[in-house]
Amino acid sequence: MSGQDMNPQDVTPEGGHGAVPTAGVETGADTKPARRTWPLYEVFVRGKRGLNHVHVGSLHAADDEMALHNARDVYTRRNEGVSIWVVRADAIAASSPDEKDPFFAPSADKVYRHPTFYAIPEEVPHL
Amino acid sequence: MSAHVQDEDATNAYQSLAGSVDHDDPRWAFGSGFEDMEADLTAPVPDGADPADLAAYCLMLGDDALVYSHRLTEWVSHAPELEEEVALANTALDLLGQARVLLARAGHVEGLVPGGTARDEDALAYWREVGELRNVALAEPSDDLDFARAIARLLVFSTWRIALLHPLRDSADPVIAAVAAKGVKEVTYHRDHAARWTLRLGDGTAESRARMQDALEWVWPFLEELFRTSDEERRLVAAGVAVDPAGTRAEVDEVLDRVLDRATLTRPEAPGMGTIGGLGGRQGVHTEKLEHAVLVMQSLARKHPGATW
Repeated sequence: MSGQDMNPQDVTPEGGHGAVPTAGVETGADTKPARRTWPLYEVFVRGKRGLNHVHVGSLHAADDEMALHNARDVYTRRNEGVSIWVVRADAIAASSPDEKDPFFAPSADKVYRHPTFYAIPEEVPHL
Repeated sequence: MSAHVQDEDATNAYQSLAGSVDHDDPRWAFGSGFEDMEADLTAPVPDGADPADLAAYCLMLGDDALVYSHRLTEWVSHAPELEEEVALANTALDLLGQARVLLARAGHVEGLVPGGTARDEDALAYWREVGELRNVALAEPSDDLDFARAIARLLVFSTWRIALLHPLRDSADPVIAAVAAKGVKEVTYHRDHAARWTLRLGDGTAESRARMQDALEWVWPFLEELFRTSDEERRLVAAGVAVDPAGTRAEVDEVLDRVLDRATLTRPEAPGMGTIGGLGGRQGVHTEKLEHAVLVMQSLARKHPGATW
């Protein structure tokens, strides 16, 4: 992967799966005047028994309120007590693939950043 | 327990999203917890209620949902946005779920009428002729895939149906009461969805406002019939089974006025559609629009009788 050759502006969080390279990819975009579309939102859902919100996908909506409603229809099943978060995709700052090594590798030996040296009593769940 | 049920793991976030990890439920596609409903379809007919009236009333409530559900599904693959398509399809499925229970109850009670025979929900949905359906005309026409019309009809239908289902939670018939208890929540969401779109379109651009107003003019003539009380309903009100639709008018008017006012739309003056010699949808007298909807809805079942898949 020649990630080092790409310009940072070729990388966008659009699509909901992290940074996606768009340079040199035939997309059909810009070949015709695109219909103005609604902005993309990322959707996070917490299930009835879930402890945290989980990214489930993305959708288009005209505004935050519609995004929440669309998320309910697209990503939750009926009769489930759930909590939904939506956030505009362009509000997400994402790390990009070409930064992967310098970004993450140096932390590999910094084990002290997670409190893994404590003995956790069995009676304490979800820690 | 089926083989693919996993152990519960509270720290597995994805697993916890699925309320049930068991996908063997054959009705999962109808998704509305049909099996959770605590109602015995074979419960005895309440005291003071005529079985024939009860069966007819279940058909009225069930056919409204069945026929309108079919019209809503016509939006699948045609909605302006993928997300909106899912919303309309969900609405249709909720109503189909209500129709299934009500038709099943009607079919059972028909068997208790002297000389009557019990039928199942499929026999009622697919093998009745148009004149045997009891739905109101509001459910019948195609909206011609005009989105504003779809929203206008959903607003009127769901506002009226909440007004019916709300008091029906206390119906003397346990099946109707159970459908109502569950249905109120579903239809409240449908009304919310319709009201939000009415506000967006009505208080939107000049074009969206004009089209929403046109859609209201289209749907308004169907309103009057919603408040007509049939003989069956009148008798069942006395038995504590039914709700008098005439009594829902005040609530429906108030809700609609409030939504239209906020959406800067004008309440249409259009007169209500008349009856034919005093008869309407509740007596099996329908507009010609129903014929085609029923033909399409029943075609597969009639071409392959008894088919399962």
